[in-house]
Amino acid sequence: STEEDDFHLQLSPEQINEVLRAGETTHKILDLESRVPNSVLRFESNQLAANSPVEDRRGVASCLQTNGLMFGIFDGHGGHACAQAVSERLFYYVAVSLMSHQTLEHMEGAMESMKPLLPILHWLKHPGDSIYKDVTSVHLDHLRVYWQELLDLHMEMGLSIEEALMYSFQRLDSDISLEIQAPLEDEVTRNLSLQVAFSGATACMAHVDGIHLHVANAGDCRAILGVQEDNGMWSCLPLTRDHNAWNQAELSRLKREHPESEDRTIIMEDRLLGVLIPCRAFGDVQLKWSKELQRSILERGFNTEALNIYQFTPPHYYTPPYLTAEPEVTYHRLRPQDKFLVLASDGLWDMLSNEDVVRLVVGHLAEADWHKTDLAQRPANLGLMQSLLLQRKASGLHEADQNAATRLIRHAIGNNEYGEMEAERLAAMLTLPEDLARMYRDDITVTVVYFNSESIGAYYKGG
Amino acid sequence: STSAAEARSMALPTQAQVVICGGGITGTSVAYHLSKMGWKDIVLLEQGRLAAGSTRFCAGILSTARHLTIEQKMADYSNKLYYQLEQETGIQTGYTRTGSIFLAQTQDRLISLKRINAGLNVIGIPSEIISPKKVAELHHLLNVHDLVGAMHVPEDAVVSSADVALALASAASQNGVQIYDRTSVLHVMVKKGQVTGVETDKGQIECQYFVNCAGQWAYELGLSNEEPVSIPLHACEHFYLLTRPLETPLQSSTPTIVDADGRIYIRNWQGGILSGGFEKNPKPIFTEGKNQLEIQNLQEDWDHFEPLLSSLLRRMPELETLEIMKLVNCPETFTPDMRCIMGESPAVQGYFVLAGMNSAGLSFGGGAGKYLAEWMVHGYPSENVWELDLKRFGALQSSRTFLRHRVMEVMPLMYDLKVPRWDFQTGRQLRTSPLYDRLDAQGARWMEKHGFERPKYFVPPDKDLLALEQSKTFYKPDWFDIVESEVKCCKEAVCVIDMSSFTKFEITSTGDQALEVLQYLFSNDLDVPVGHIVHTGMLNEGGGYENDCSIARLNKRSFFMISPTDQQVHCWAWLKKHMPKDSNLLLEDVTWKYTALNLIGPRAVDVLSELSYAPMTPDHFPSLFCKEMSVGYANGIRVMSMTHTGEPGFMLYIPIEYALHVYNEVMSVGQKYGIRNAGYYALRSLRIEKFFAFWGQDINNLTTPLECGRESRVKLEKGMDFIGRDALLQQKQNGVYKRLTMFILDDHDSDLDLWPWWGEPIYRNGQYVGKTTSSAYSYSLERHVCLGFVHNFSEDTGEEQVVTADFINRGEYEIDIAGYRFQAKAKLYPVASLFTQKRRKDDMELSDLHGK
Repeated sequence: STEEDDFHLQLSPEQINEVLRAGETTHKILDLESRVPNSVLRFESNQLAANSPVEDRRGVASCLQTNGLMFGIFDGHGGHACAQAVSERLFYYVAVSLMSHQTLEHMEGAMESMKPLLPILHWLKHPGDSIYKDVTSVHLDHLRVYWQELLDLHMEMGLSIEEALMYSFQRLDSDISLEIQAPLEDEVTRNLSLQVAFSGATACMAHVDGIHLHVANAGDCRAILGVQEDNGMWSCLPLTRDHNAWNQAELSRLKREHPESEDRTIIMEDRLLGVLIPCRAFGDVQLKWSKELQRSILERGFNTEALNIYQFTPPHYYTPPYLTAEPEVTYHRLRPQDKFLVLASDGLWDMLSNEDVVRLVVGHLAEADWHKTDLAQRPANLGLMQSLLLQRKASGLHEADQNAATRLIRHAIGNNEYGEMEAERLAAMLTLPEDLARMYRDDITVTVVYFNSESIGAYYKGG
Repeated sequence: STSAAEARSMALPTQAQVVICGGGITGTSVAYHLSKMGWKDIVLLEQGRLAAGSTRFCAGILSTARHLTIEQKMADYSNKLYYQLEQETGIQTGYTRTGSIFLAQTQDRLISLKRINAGLNVIGIPSEIISPKKVAELHHLLNVHDLVGAMHVPEDAVVSSADVALALASAASQNGVQIYDRTSVLHVMVKKGQVTGVETDKGQIECQYFVNCAGQWAYELGLSNEEPVSIPLHACEHFYLLTRPLETPLQSSTPTIVDADGRIYIRNWQGGILSGGFEKNPKPIFTEGKNQLEIQNLQEDWDHFEPLLSSLLRRMPELETLEIMKLVNCPETFTPDMRCIMGESPAVQGYFVLAGMNSAGLSFGGGAGKYLAEWMVHGYPSENVWELDLKRFGALQSSRTFLRHRVMEVMPLMYDLKVPRWDFQTGRQLRTSPLYDRLDAQGARWMEKHGFERPKYFVPPDKDLLALEQSKTFYKPDWFDIVESEVKCCKEAVCVIDMSSFTKFEITSTGDQALEVLQYLFSNDLDVPVGHIVHTGMLNEGGGYENDCSIARLNKRSFFMISPTDQQVHCWAWLKKHMPKDSNLLLEDVTWKYTALNLIGPRAVDVLSELSYAPMTPDHFPSLFCKEMSVGYANGIRVMSMTHTGEPGFMLYIPIEYALHVYNEVMSVGQKYGIRNAGYYALRSLRIEKFFAFWGQDINNLTTPLECGRESRVKLEKGMDFIGRDALLQQKQNGVYKRLTMFILDDHDSDLDLWPWWGEPIYRNGQYVGKTTSSAYSYSLERHVCLGFVHNFSEDTGEEQVVTADFINRGEYEIDIAGYRFQAKAKLYPVASLFTQKRRKDDMELSDLHGK
């Protein structure tokens, strides 16, 4: 009878598609307002949970007071609170950092006279994404303190993008850390702040303004560019470096920042202090605060069990902080041969190499083109056409056509060790019980951004 | 083909009587018919080229086999019009009479075809049910092994729809219509609820009438008004295949094939074939409105087309080697109920619409254009078109999300089997009573009317019903026993039915004006003592029912009006149109304010008196009486002694915040009287067995009170004139030409035979005399009861003659259900034995037997 049950559990291709596509979102970037055509054509995004509830977050928003589109991937650990908070707040910090002095003054004036603020961001989100609460008043207060400090710098044009990204990451992380140290009246806010600070999130975000692409990364999310050379060949250009134990530069940094005596204990079993895989992240105050500070905060009478707080001081904890949210910022000047950008959480990169990902997206583009192919390439008669279509249907080839992110996720979990798609494996991976899923796969979040080569080309032609 | 109606490039006129927007088949047809009827000052505007859009890419099949009689008539008229169009205009239209064959792969499909066949025959369209063998003779390429039968309609045709539109435009233009292409309508100008002109990209035109024939853009155009006109329609991509000619080219007279079970149609096209269909998983398009995508640039999607292609090759295996020419993607427009949209906007006078053709623009274009032209010129079409009237919808159907979801259900429905009592599954739970969750938890199954969820029946906890797909049947349905027990409970104890969907208006005035105006608008005498309820209705000049309602006089100057659910928009528009402009009359739609519970049954009186500590016996609370009283803790409940079924009981109109309380009290007190929930199917059985006609089903704006036995609801001598009075006086003198009659099926076995639905032909002494309008199984009579109209067509001329009671009574009747005829007894009055309840004093509801 177990065989019968197994049979019933088997998902049909339609059901598989339904599961895979639930988190899909696609946006065409329409630039009806601006005179310059946007360098971003559209983006496609998707998310598949392994944790329950999902700990990855994503965000796409355009800055309304400056130019530029922002894309972010946030991979939470030890709960989703930190990833949620970062996904809600980081873009505001960046947007404010980029504002001109005049705009900031305008914002400050509006706050003082209790008038409505200028709109800062326009979010482009999937209906299923957990609701981005409008910046709560505490968060807004901290954002305001930040812009007041920026105002004090008296810089006409605002920060450079590079500086803005650098400051925003660190500033937000320090705000997260300080918020729970300050006495908070409201219990809900207090508990939430504690959960945010005691969970963690890596973050990778891109800022695109015309041909200027900046990527800021802290942790092991990754961003790569798909590049098509003039000879038609495709290649991959990584824009980030994973911050983990396999990165020599990170190892050196950690050793540099801590006494020599800790050289052997700082990374154990490929993990920071033997506990954390990424070595840069938001939150995780267990790896940032002194033991004393942690104790004094937690002694304020939080019900840590109910709040699901991961309260554990790792061994060899001598010279905190061990963890930082300082990002590595990369600048890339977009060229017409840069066709797409893939941002994804490590759930994808654990399964697929950079080259696999580029190959799959290219395949996706080619297939979308297939629909446009001219009459010449098409089978001439009805019978041949039918058998071709039936083949395509059987192989599920056209199924994921709509969204490249879905296709990447499908292959990430459905590919066998030879890199071939296995329908049974895909079905099995999707029918794993909630409590087992995380052992076989991680949350996967992917955003694919397509560039408009024509408008990028126009920049070079002096347009 | 060349166009005789060369569109002009000159400056636009600044004034016209009528501006038509849209140069497709509907727009040109409206222009053609208006100009034929003598209106000459007409401007037709087309944003692109004439006969572009869906008209250009349409598959060109003219098919008269439709489900609704009005649709059959429109298609039949179109067929006759196009047939002679080439002769009339000299423009070649490619009209070829090919005939069409509708295949049945299942017995249920064959029943559906037989029903259509019966309907076609009685309106004079030749058609017959044929065997698979005969199908193979008519079309040698067809695989007929899996067929159980088919319907052949020999006079159906194929025609080039673009050329038909050009020919219609040409004829219109010769009649004086001015046609301008490459001119876009930006919006329609409205002043005081009346069209005053249009703003185009080439300037303004003042006009009195505007006709929106913008096809898939009609919705957006409607919304572009300052006061939006809601025209609920939405486009879906539609694919069809064109091939090169066969080795032996198909003859141009090859019949068109419709294989609905295979979801495809196939016609000959230049020696090859043209084949498309209505897939299960449609692709809605243009939800966000018009974008850069031009229709001609839409992409082919072969993967999407595969199921239809496979179906085609299964039906015609020899086509495998046929060379592909093209896969055409031509969006078609669909409406929330699969019926087209015509008529005048309820909000803006002079704003007419003809759109949403559900991929039958060519078949309906001619007839629909004629009806709309009649509507504009004469005030109403020569046929009843309520089923197509824009006013059947309200603003509530205009959400983009709703339309997108609903058309995804409607498009496959084109070829799905249409069985009785089908309910849409999408766009549900929009309007609900506050008791919805309570009733749902008790097993309610729901149907939807005008967006409102209404209980059909309640499935007892221990009973399972068939799955949705399996429950589709033309025979006895699986809920038969459930409804029987509900009906029995209504007769013997007491039931409660949530009837909150009814349209409820309040009409008040500061002076005596309310009464004066209402006396002019309504046919019955409303000058009754406060607290009385009057069954009445609003008639048009011809004496036909525009509205059917019950009115309670709340006090000297205020009236409470209850109308059918789907009348909300129409009735409001009619009142607004006919109320004096300067009046101090206050009209308020209070539909949403009240939850209505219908307490039906002999013990209703006990339940209510226990809950109110007030005597509810007929001496204190006579029939057709309305009182505000307290029920349980709740005050201000309007209790009315009527049940819309002829059974004893009360309607409770409860301010919504008290609804749950009153319901709970009624249920808990009612327990000892055997109370239970009931639904609309029980109500339907009860009202039809007592010959209560419902507006929109049995009676419409071409039915006068005299034609449905409601003389007593009209007070011709109430001391003042009212709309329709003259027509009724004349009819009273001359006699009626049709009469609503009740039929009791005699030799019908409800377990084994096909069930009647509506639209079945009625035969008197072997002659066709009319069609049924509704039917139900009467659990008391243990027979099926049908309501329907009997006409008296002259045997020689076919002309309609006077129908007398004698004529009705002296006939042998048969009802034709899908080709099987059942004997029926005709009754002009309901069966007296059904009213065994002790007669109440002053029992108006029961003595007014032909009541609602």
